[in-house]
Amino acid sequence: MAPKSIFLSRLTRSLGGLVILMVAFASVARAQSVVPPQIAMINDAIEQGWADYEITPAKEADDAVWCRRVFLDIIGRIPSLEEQQEFAADRGGDRRAKLVDRLLHDDRYTEEYANHWATVWSNLLIGRGGGMDRRDLTDRNGMMKYLRDSFAENKSYDRMVYELVTAEGATKPGAPGFNGAVNFLVGKVNEEKAVLAASSVSRIFLGQQVQCTQCHNHPFNDWKQQKFWEFNSFFRQTRALRRFVDGTRDVEYAELVSEDYAGEAGDPNDALVFYEMRNGLTRVAYPVFTDGTEISKSGFVDDVNRRQELGRLMMDSQSLDRMAINRYWSMFLGYGFTKPIDDMGPHNNPTHPELLDDLSNAFRGSSYNLKDLITWITLSRPYSLAPVLGSNNQIDDPSIGETPKFSRFYLRQMSAEQLYQSLVSASGGSATGTYEQQEKKRREWLRQFVVTFGTDEGDEATTFDGSIPQALMLFNGELTQNATSTKPGSFLDRLSQSGKSTRDRLNLLYKAGLSRQPTKREVALAGELYRARGGKEIEMLQDVWWAILNSNEFIMQH
Amino acid sequence: MISPWKTPSGMSRRHFMNHLAGSSAAASAALTMGGAIAANAEEMRRNRKSAIMLWMGGGPPTIDMWDLKPGAPTGGPFQPISTTGDMQICEHLPMVAKQMHNLSIVRSMSTREADHNRGRYYMHTGFVPNPNIEHPSYGAVVAHELMSQRPELEIPPFVTIGGASAGPGFLGMAWSPFAVTSSGRIRNLDMKLDGMRLRQRMAALQEIESGFANRTRDLPAGEHGKVLKKTFDLMTSSQMEAFRVEKEDEKTKERYGTNGFGQGCLLARRLVEGGVPFIEVDLGGWDLHNNVHQTLADTKLPQLDKAMSALVEDLEQRGLLQDTAIIWMGEFGRTPRINQNAGRDHWARSWSCVVGGAGIQGGLAVGETSSDGTAVESEPFSSEDLMATVCKGLGISLDTTFMSKNRRPMKIANGGKVISELVA
Repeated sequence: MAPKSIFLSRLTRSLGGLVILMVAFASVARAQSVVPPQIAMINDAIEQGWADYEITPAKEADDAVWCRRVFLDIIGRIPSLEEQQEFAADRGGDRRAKLVDRLLHDDRYTEEYANHWATVWSNLLIGRGGGMDRRDLTDRNGMMKYLRDSFAENKSYDRMVYELVTAEGATKPGAPGFNGAVNFLVGKVNEEKAVLAASSVSRIFLGQQVQCTQCHNHPFNDWKQQKFWEFNSFFRQTRALRRFVDGTRDVEYAELVSEDYAGEAGDPNDALVFYEMRNGLTRVAYPVFTDGTEISKSGFVDDVNRRQELGRLMMDSQSLDRMAINRYWSMFLGYGFTKPIDDMGPHNNPTHPELLDDLSNAFRGSSYNLKDLITWITLSRPYSLAPVLGSNNQIDDPSIGETPKFSRFYLRQMSAEQLYQSLVSASGGSATGTYEQQEKKRREWLRQFVVTFGTDEGDEATTFDGSIPQALMLFNGELTQNATSTKPGSFLDRLSQSGKSTRDRLNLLYKAGLSRQPTKREVALAGELYRARGGKEIEMLQDVWWAILNSNEFIMQH
Repeated sequence: MISPWKTPSGMSRRHFMNHLAGSSAAASAALTMGGAIAANAEEMRRNRKSAIMLWMGGGPPTIDMWDLKPGAPTGGPFQPISTTGDMQICEHLPMVAKQMHNLSIVRSMSTREADHNRGRYYMHTGFVPNPNIEHPSYGAVVAHELMSQRPELEIPPFVTIGGASAGPGFLGMAWSPFAVTSSGRIRNLDMKLDGMRLRQRMAALQEIESGFANRTRDLPAGEHGKVLKKTFDLMTSSQMEAFRVEKEDEKTKERYGTNGFGQGCLLARRLVEGGVPFIEVDLGGWDLHNNVHQTLADTKLPQLDKAMSALVEDLEQRGLLQDTAIIWMGEFGRTPRINQNAGRDHWARSWSCVVGGAGIQGGLAVGETSSDGTAVESEPFSSEDLMATVCKGLGISLDTTFMSKNRRPMKIANGGKVISELVA
């Protein structure tokens, strides 16, 4: 038995059950004997899949590459040289677990963790363009503030969802009655009978795509038009009100409120909505949850607050757990258990149904602790694999439509936000200015990649997709210029004053960008560049750094 | 000073220089082959085809534009007017009416996708969305097929103006839409570096790229490299002049309309002249669930009328219309029934698209709908059929077959049938 295991088994004997689990948990590594049950559950289920398909997984990713991977996934940027060295200096077998623990729980990362996840969730909840237009009722700062606070305090997932679905109050930080959570729905309730509110809540939190059922029965799943309007009825007490700057018509902020609803027949005691079927007949709907649970038909808020009822019903729904698991799994592993991840149900079989169920139950069992969930996933075996498509797992290629077997780490491009933070960090540590100033700069930069489709649903796409605009930005953009600057105090300036030799500094450069040593050929090329630059080392370093930042290897999460 | 570098075996100075030469070969290709190309250039230019798609994001109410039902309860307030073609259109499109001898309306479009995302995908590709495969869009297909007519092209062959269009699917990132605004201004284009040094950097980059691809074996071969090369070409190309729409005279700008869509159409004409095979120009805001007729009369139709008529007229006057296909469409039409908010909702069952130019017959209205517009009463046409018709008009063989990533053969335009009235 390895020394570490002896240490742990001694601990096991000397401490009570719960504590042991926690200690073992905090110090888990790849030592199979002490793997916490949730991680073992993942490993067993995924390995069973490999056996079933008779494939052999890729080998483990090396530590440095894995370190880069968790930094990107957990706090949204690549690690600095110092952070890589800190990790490498820890020779304990549990250093991976310790790193995950640091990123999740050490105070120095709280802000970056919260900011990264607030960004990810803002994009999900209000889109990349939400709150970017002056006429928009959504306040992006308010959305971000709510989410940053929530992730900083590690609010449980179920509570966060409940708050987002039921929130009332003002959109803008500093406004009376500010409640940032309202920004999720404030732009989705006033138009088109709150269709967008209903379809967003069901898709994002329950994994049910219902937008087409507003007009007709769904062709593939069991959603009927009736069900859509019943679900929609939960949002009909909700209004977004504009609050104006005194004495003007300028909207200062918006307020999301619940008001008594008279229904479309004008009777608040029987507040119904009408919808028209394709054959022209009109039908009636009241609030009924997806599982058939009915609530009061009254439209009076004092009798029943429909969104609060919906929030409560969602908390009991297994769809809530399954959607969360599918989403978080896909964010770390590149693919979810279903495709698309937010269209779940009997019509769309998951690739690993038992694992999806078991993880969902475990998540509920951990009181929806997102940091626990992240720990399980990042310390699991599939997450630790090298990104190599080999002859023994040739069939594991979801990019051609095969179901994912998770026998390797699937390459994926960083998000625009991850690239931004990584470039800022790569250009010499922390950005300057207040949070507000930094956030404004970041938003301006991100905006260049957002393209909207001109529909009421606010559909959008990104040109940050590996095509020419992205390449131009990385070739010539301001971020790259800053990152490759040789001015006094810049990253390259400081680098050129460290290390023992040119070779040493070149190694550091590759480490900083790609978490590996340069190959022989890369060293030779750098030598040629060195000569081409007339022996000016810092200019050679600049050329190499530019090449590194523009490479697929840098842009890819791998 | 002694160099700290040792050259490993297999990596000589000559090898390095080859790297540099390799990455600059693209830029100098036109020079080295210059003579031969110049001789053929006129010939090629004469035969080369292009297409411009006018994309109406949100789903335009075609019943109020191209297939009016005056007097029917679904008809709305607009009156039809005569045109230079064999059909009537909406009174709020008087300038387009004078160009209808060049354009034909397909009034019997009947599709099934009435959700924005699904409809956009289907109309752009001819395929319904499938989570396991991404199909190439119109622009990628046409650019891919027509590139052989313009070996000298250094700017992207598929440009989308003011919108996102749809992706290249399994044809690969090199066929992605290049998105610009109607100003034609392109961000981050300035190379703040001398050309030689950039080439040397490209060589270092190429080395990192190939190493990574070899190690992971997971990246589509050379995809990123192709994008990098195209980016490099574009940065150093004089053909970028085509994007400088501000150089047009004021009268021309005024004729197209001094708004995003008008200037986008003008930019599209410049790009056709510059050799770009496919350009999409987007006009959004058609998702008119509320107050449809007032919005049409006040803003949408006057804007469309000016820009669309100017584009067709201008192309014709320059002798370009016979080689340039025009496709006007959105993701679907809108309900014949007018809803309680004086709007129209999503409707795919019976609606219209407009096509013309290249080899496509103008002046016709193909197909018809019932007296209230709710049903197609002649042979229905699909996205595939329209795409096949446009491809035929552009001289692209309908026997063309692509191989998807999972090695399944896919017929161009999903095997759609040509609308026989429109192309010979």
